Amino acid sequence: MTDDISKPPEDTPMPDDTVKPSPEPSAVDTDKPAEAKPKVTDEEKAAKIAAAKAKAAAKKAAEENAEPKPPWEEKPVPPERLDGSDDPDVVALAEGVEDAVLSADRFAGDLTVTIPAAKIVEVCSFFKNERGFAFLVDLTAIDWPEREEGRFDVVYWMHRFDDSCRLRLVAVVAEDQIIESVTGVWKVANWMEREVYDLYGIVFANHPSLERILTWEGFNGHPLRKDFPLEGIDTGAAIYPDVYPTGGGPVVKPEQKTEKGEKA
Amino acid sequence: MSGPETSLFDIEEMEINFGPQHPATHGVLRVMVKLDGEKIVESKPIIGYLHRGTEKLFETMDFPACIPHTDRMDYVAAATNNQGFCVTMEKLLGISIPPRAAYIRMILAELQRLASHLVWFATHAIDIGAITPFFYNFRDRDEILDLFEEYCGARLTLNTMKIGGVPYELPDGWLDRCRKVADAFPGRIDEYETLLTENRIWKKRTIGIGVISPEEAIEWGLTGPPLRGSGVNWDIRKVFPYDRYDEIDFEIPIGKNCDTYDRYLVRVEEMRQSVRIIQQCLDRLPDGPIMARAPKVLRAKEGMVYGAVEAPKGELGYFIVTTEKGTKPYRCHVRPPSFINLQAMPAMIEGHLVADMIAVIGTLDIVLGEIDR
Repeated sequence: MTDDISKPPEDTPMPDDTVKPSPEPSAVDTDKPAEAKPKVTDEEKAAKIAAAKAKAAAKKAAEENAEPKPPWEEKPVPPERLDGSDDPDVVALAEGVEDAVLSADRFAGDLTVTIPAAKIVEVCSFFKNERGFAFLVDLTAIDWPEREEGRFDVVYWMHRFDDSCRLRLVAVVAEDQIIESVTGVWKVANWMEREVYDLYGIVFANHPSLERILTWEGFNGHPLRKDFPLEGIDTGAAIYPDVYPTGGGPVVKPEQKTEKGEKA
Repeated sequence: MSGPETSLFDIEEMEINFGPQHPATHGVLRVMVKLDGEKIVESKPIIGYLHRGTEKLFETMDFPACIPHTDRMDYVAAATNNQGFCVTMEKLLGISIPPRAAYIRMILAELQRLASHLVWFATHAIDIGAITPFFYNFRDRDEILDLFEEYCGARLTLNTMKIGGVPYELPDGWLDRCRKVADAFPGRIDEYETLLTENRIWKKRTIGIGVISPEEAIEWGLTGPPLRGSGVNWDIRKVFPYDRYDEIDFEIPIGKNCDTYDRYLVRVEEMRQSVRIIQQCLDRLPDGPIMARAPKVLRAKEGMVYGAVEAPKGELGYFIVTTEKGTKPYRCHVRPPSFINLQAMPAMIEGHLVADMIAVIGTLDIVLGEIDR
């Protein structure tokens, strides 16, 4: 700052600058453009404004005249969430099963219907038998640990062959809530439900053999829950379930952690 | 199935452990089989030996960083895995890709289908006892892998697609070499067929083995060649066309007798159709950009979206859940075709002999990297 204050008087005589032994050449350099700028502004400003105006006009004209740009050169437009309650399948469900539709929306062409978890088997058999959804494509879950109305979403994604229509069911399940298995409706749900049970710990009632499938028997915790550490847990968890709490828990025991912290 | 508890047969029944380190299980698949003599009474596949937590990893990575991890799932068909993820992300972000990128993707995906079916052909035949096809298949598969190597530098884990297009322009002369490979293939497929299609041993080992009716196939969620082998005309490329498959002329082969032999015929015919698709793509390959105008940092809206492609093994789906302005998937679930096809295995092999189980594992064309994720 002190340099800046001292400089302006020194700067004005140009020859002096060059003759000077210049103990602070960098400061001189930086000052020069600062002074040079205002000199040009008036003309340049006008020219710039004119140029910008011409450009804008040309752009407008080009936009009006030229064909629309191909979609891959446009900025991508993300899909909007639309109301899906007027879809024939949703209307049929609302009529066929009492109080089944909590909400229905359409996003990126996928229809999603939220239903109460207690009615899952009733709704699924309705869709399979009455609406022709013979094929269960996918069954999975989502973990929302902070959510009040229930921690997990169980997601069913089914397909109808007649008109290649797909539909998603979402059932909200609380952490300690048990949901009915749909293995009686589609056989394929068997392993899918085992996977959800293994990775999320959601229990499916009336499942023929609800065992872990991707992790091993005796594994402690459910890896896809958000509170399960990414680095995993010590495999001792399988042998000492009392040391390592269910649902993952800390990798290092508290006292060890503080020790390490002090060392660092 | 089993008689009274004290019967002689009960004593004869034994449980054996098949795998996980057995070459005919195509990886680390373990099957507990209950045998009555050599007849399978009951079987139970046990999986998870290759579980790497890919879905958990996805949740910690930006969208583009997920793509290399998809390679590692179905490791003999990496290009279609990339394609599935990219197609789903484009659906989520509303990106439409330029035609040249779509055509390059289709060429890569169909080359990958050919390569994957060649591995299936070789291993399926060698499991049943025909060693010769293996040499021919792997010789020809190498040419496809050379094409991949030239394009993106890798032979197996390709990482060859980007959200919004493809990462590289085709190298000089690549199209000619690709055409040469594609033009040579129909003759080669004939050559493979001379080894097996009318082979008496092959027919004895495959006809009437692993029969699954179309209704049962749908009930068990089969997709891909196992479903088409049961006579259901269903292919994602036709039903929900992605990239530019709607502009291409190709047929969906379907089987009649729902057995291993028909699934073999379906896959062989699929290879011919793949060659046809590649040839059409090469003829029509348009000029233009290879990447859409996508932002550098991809931010999604809140929502859930499912996108699927026809992988060599069946319907490969990605279910992606995002939060508002998220740069990472909040949840990314993969619907692996092998996982769901394998589930039907016990139903298909009940009452067959142990040796037929090998044929059924081969005909389902499973890859354990994809099953266990």
